[in-house]
Order: sequence, then structure tokens, then C-alpha cells
Amino acid sequence: MSTHTISVRLENKPGALARVSQLFSRRGYNIQSLAVGPTEDDDISRLTLRVDCSEHSLEQIEKQMHKLVNVLRVTELRPDESLERELALITVAVAPDRRAELVSLAQVSGAHVADIGRDAITFEVVGRPDQVEAFEELVRPYGVRELVRTGRVGLRRPSRTAT
Amino acid sequence: MTTKTRMLGSDAILRALEHEGVDVAFGIPGGAILPTYDAMARGTSVRHVLARHEQGAGHMAEGYARASGKVGVAIATSGPGATNLVTAIADAWMDSTPVVFITGQVRSELIGTDAFQEVDITGVTMPIVKHSWLVQDVEELPSVMKAAFHVARTGRQGPVLVDVAKDVQEAAFDFAYPDEVDLPGWRPPTKVHPRQIREAAKAIVEAKRPILYCGGGVLNADASAELLALVDSAHLPAVVTLMGKSCLPESHSLNYGAPGMHGSKYANWALNKADLVIAVGTRFDDRVTGKVSAFAPGAKVIHFDIDAAEVGKIRHADIPVVGPLKLGLAQLAAEVSAVAADGAPDHGPWLRQLEDWREQFPFRYAKGNGVLKPQTAIEALRDAAAGLDGDVIWTTGVGQHQMWAMQYVQCEKPRTFITSGGAGTMGYGVPAAIGAKAARPDATVICIDGDGCFQMTCQELATAALEGLPIVTAVINNGWLGMVRQWQEMFYAERFAETHLTHAVPDYAQLAEAYGCAGFTVETEEQLEESIQAALQAGRSAVLDVRCDPEEKCFPMVPAGAAAVDVIEAPSEEGALT
Repeated sequence: MSTHTISVRLENKPGALARVSQLFSRRGYNIQSLAVGPTEDDDISRLTLRVDCSEHSLEQIEKQMHKLVNVLRVTELRPDESLERELALITVAVAPDRRAELVSLAQVSGAHVADIGRDAITFEVVGRPDQVEAFEELVRPYGVRELVRTGRVGLRRPSRTAT
Repeated sequence: MTTKTRMLGSDAILRALEHEGVDVAFGIPGGAILPTYDAMARGTSVRHVLARHEQGAGHMAEGYARASGKVGVAIATSGPGATNLVTAIADAWMDSTPVVFITGQVRSELIGTDAFQEVDITGVTMPIVKHSWLVQDVEELPSVMKAAFHVARTGRQGPVLVDVAKDVQEAAFDFAYPDEVDLPGWRPPTKVHPRQIREAAKAIVEAKRPILYCGGGVLNADASAELLALVDSAHLPAVVTLMGKSCLPESHSLNYGAPGMHGSKYANWALNKADLVIAVGTRFDDRVTGKVSAFAPGAKVIHFDIDAAEVGKIRHADIPVVGPLKLGLAQLAAEVSAVAADGAPDHGPWLRQLEDWREQFPFRYAKGNGVLKPQTAIEALRDAAAGLDGDVIWTTGVGQHQMWAMQYVQCEKPRTFITSGGAGTMGYGVPAAIGAKAARPDATVICIDGDGCFQMTCQELATAALEGLPIVTAVINNGWLGMVRQWQEMFYAERFAETHLTHAVPDYAQLAEAYGCAGFTVETEEQLEESIQAALQAGRSAVLDVRCDPEEKCFPMVPAGAAAVDVIEAPSEEGALT
């Protein structure tokens, strides 16, 4: 078992996303994260899926997805050939006297303050999934009140893509 | 695009069916599909067969598709009408049967409000259709209908669903049927890679113990002639699955029949002792392989299928061949002949071995003590059918009788054995027979059914009687849910929980008469032939209630999960084996 990132170009049609996600549950594949959004073409969405599976299952997933009428293309994004980014919003509990410490920690980590309350700060952090994870770990000891991550999105690197 | 004609959505549905060459559709009207039935009243060349239950309509459409090779059509209303189709949709999905299911849906403005007879049928059926469409704009109707037929029949065939809101059926618009489909994501393979063909041919020529393993895909592809040419030119022995039955003449000396749970010992051994398994249009189903890790352990595998996702799904394919079977099998036969420059490869010792096994381990059962054996009844049906002029198409339900039909019925022409394989849908036989008769009015259609199965869909006898679609149904009546009883006897210490149906309730002959069909009761071997002849000559649909030994079990048997070589044979101590 290992984790794979799959990128899917999907027709922007009603039910198209449901067909992809039901295929995963129906065939017993576990989705770690799924991000979906528009692309350069209004008629097409792109899904980025993180799945934990064997090589054999990955091949099956790709083949089964290819059979869906709304699926235009399925590609595995290999780490050395692709860019992956993720956004997280993290609300951290913090007493007023430790605010400055936390904010400077965020600054050196590349996170931004999105909102400040009386006893909590919400940070936004955008970056490679490992950077997002690192920041999450960094602030965890302060007490994470709420957290949301988009799940990763990815594209193949033009510098590594043969044309 | 040609000139447009002003019409209603409901009329457009029928014009689409006509454009697609549909001559028969099966269904039942109801509220949300009423406008489309009203359009039928305005006129269409499509014959509508009125079923008594939507499941029946669905299986009829399947039987029609299997017998004709064309896309079947079943029509139902929203809500329960649509959910009653679900079993047939699942069945068509599992057996790759091309059917377009058309359902009415509540008005667009009511969708999502839990309106009367509203069910999200596209949601319910999502895992068991190739694709589905919910039509809420009449302008989309022509392209959706075109796409539905295209998707159902291309690539690996199967069911699609078109759910049409009632107001769409009632809306007027300018109709033209498109010439092309606009499906950028639907690109089934249209040719086979020549390198794959070359590698497969080389492996076939080099093999010492090759075996073809043929499935229903051969029938779906109408590739029987190409398969036969390959068998003959390369002297390749073949086993044929339940779903593939009739894809290769059963009188052919190289046809070793069905492997699997109730297949012959020789077919199972042929697969398992082979050094090369050439799987064609088949999917290594668990009912064929038994324990996968022990299946054909020494064999290299060529897996040839239109569906890339089946290749390597269960068993690693050493030589994957993906593409249309009709084209690919013809290319393969030509390539085998080219590679084997010195003439056909010699598999002499292997063929002699297979022949030995066939002689040593025939299908057999003990005739005993004046009790009518179900196998005897099926053999009598087979023999009577052989004496008929014209083609005979067989359908079955699911269970022991189905397995005996697989073992004892002999089919020479493609599309003459129609059964529910993957889903194992009890109740399939009678409606599938009606659909087959609608497709092939010239053929005699015989349904071999079980008493449990028959009671699940016997209301369709009314359809057969009133629509002028005469079929003969032989109810192999052992008074039990026989296959379940067999498992209870063999694996559940004879605890026969809830499997006894009785021979006598209902009285099937009387039930047949009540439905306007001829009914015959058969209790002894002596009555068999005469009753079968009477049923075949009845001039209307007929039901044979063949009351059989309740304790007869189906052998050989590979227990679920066991290795396919470990076959349990028919016990021999009961009496003289035939």
C-alpha cells in the first residue's frame, strides 16, 4: 500500500462528481482527500484525489474511472513530476500575552493571520502539503480549536512534461 | 442536422426509438410516463408489449437484447415503477446486456420535494448503469436518446437509464435526431494492438496444453464465426462459461463445455492443467475460478476483452489483449496460421488427455426407484427440441435447474441460451423468454424454470398469453428452493430452514390455465414425452409442471472457495448411473 495522487479531468455535468465518488466507495477504495474545482475550460472540472492503495488497485481505479462517460482523462501525479498545493485555515487558541509569539512563529513559517479574536487567531497557510502539515504540528501545542484543509490540488510540472 | 419538426418531448422519445431501429419496447404506463404512452396512442412503428410488473418488462428487454443482438428497451413510470426496474438493471449490468431503460420522473419543479411517486432513480441506479441522464430540458432529449443507445451498445455493452421529467415529455420543441454523439469522455477501443495479437499468436503456437476459455463477451460481440475459425484453424480446445453457452456449437468435438462450480470435471481440469489459458470475453468470475490462487496454477494467461478494466482484475494477464473481439479473433486466427508456418500446431497428446477425461467423467446422475429426476426431464426437453423444425431458444431461472440446463441442453447456434449469470436473478426465465420470443417470433422459446423462480415472475404469463408471444415453460418442480436446500444439506447439517415450497401449492397447471395458457402436470417419466409434445404443439403458451425428486442435488460441484480441481462428484451408490 502507498499513497497516490490522481488527477481527473471531468466534464462539468450534473452528477459527474457523484459518479466518481460512488465508484470509489463501490469498489472499496479509500479516498484520503478530494478537491474539485473549475479549470481553464468552463465545461471541465479537475479533481485531485489522494488514495491509499496498492499498485494493482491504482491500475484498477484508473481503468474503472476511464469507463465513466463524464471522465475525460485520468493521470497519476507522480511527486517528482508534479506540483501539489494545499490551503489550510487553522484557528489556534491563544491568550493575549502569547499572541506575539504565535504570530512571529507563523511569519517565519509563511502562514498569514486571517483573523484575530479575543482568545484565538485564525491562520491561513498555503503551500506544499508537507509545509501545511509542518505548520499544523507547530501550532498544535497551543491548542487547535478548529481546522480545515482543502485537500491537495495538483498539476504536472511543464518542466518535467515531455511534449 | 436535417430539418426540424415541431413536436412534443413524448413524441421525440418515440421518434428516437424509431431512429435507433427499435421494433419492440416493453413496459407499463403510470403517472409520470403517461405523456409518452399518449404519444404511442398518436402512432409509432414501435410495438409496445405490456408487462404485468416492471421487473418483468426489464427482463423482457434483456431477453430481447440477448436473442436479437439489438438494444432492448424497457419503459416505466417514476417512483415504484422505476425501482421495480432496479433488479433488471442490475442483472443487465452484471451480464453486460445492452438495454435502454426509460423512466418518467415527476415534473421538474417538483424534483427534490419528495413529491408523489418521486424517487431519485438516477441516484439509486448509479452503481449499476454505464451511464444515466436526468432530462429536465426538452432541447436535450434528442442528444440524450442518441447517446443512451450509443453508450449501451458500444464498448462493453450494458444498461443505461434515461429519466425524463413529465413536463419535458409535455413540452413542444423543434425536433431533429442528431447524426453524431457528443461524448468526449466515451472512447471504447475500436481496434486491437497488432503487437498484442502477435504475442498472443506466438504463445498459442508455442503452448503444449492450450485451452480457450470463452465467455458471454463472444456472444455480445457476435464473434462466434471468428471464434470457430480460430478453434478450427489452430485445433484449440475450448471451455465455454454459462454466459458464453451457445457461442460455439456444442456438437463441436473441441467444445468441452462449461467449467466452474457445476461445470464438468473435465472442463475444470482442462483449465487447471493447461499451460496456456486464452480467456476471451470472460472475466474470471468466482463461480468459474473457485479459489483464485489455485486456478490454472501453471498457466500463462492471455486475456482478451473489450473492457480493459477486466484484464488483470482477478488474474494477472501475461498477455493482455484489449479491443473488439470480432475483429481481434479474426486477426488472431490469421496470425496463428502465419506463425505456425508448418501448419496447425500439434496439441495431439493434450487433446487425447482431454478426450480421456471427457470419457472418464461425464455428467451423470442416478435414475432411481420410479422417482422422476429433474435431469431426465431436461434431457427429454432437449431431445424433443432437437426434433423441432427451426431454432430453439432456451431461457432459465437461477438455481439447480439452471445448472442442469447448462449441463444437458445442447445449443448449436449463437444467442440460443439466455440466462442470468452474474446477478443470479431468480424469476429471470419467464420474462426473458417472452422478450426472446418478441425478438425471434420464428423460434421456439423454452424456459426451463424452477418452482421458486417461476413464482417470482409468473404473472408475466398474462403478457405471453395476451401479446401473442407463446412460450413453453417447464417448471422443474422439486417443491423446494432446491439449490439453497442443497447447500443446507451439504454445508448446514441438513437444517432445512425456510426452503420448503411444496409440490402442490400452487397447482401450476391450473395457474397456467387461469392465465390463458395450457397447463400440464407430469409426475412420472412415462408422462414426460407426451406432455412435452403436447406443450410444444399447444398453439399457445404452455406450462409443464414437472414434479421431480425433491432431494436430487446438482453435481459435480466445486464448493464455494475451494480449488476448482477439487470437484465433488455425484455419489454413485444410489443406483445405476446414466
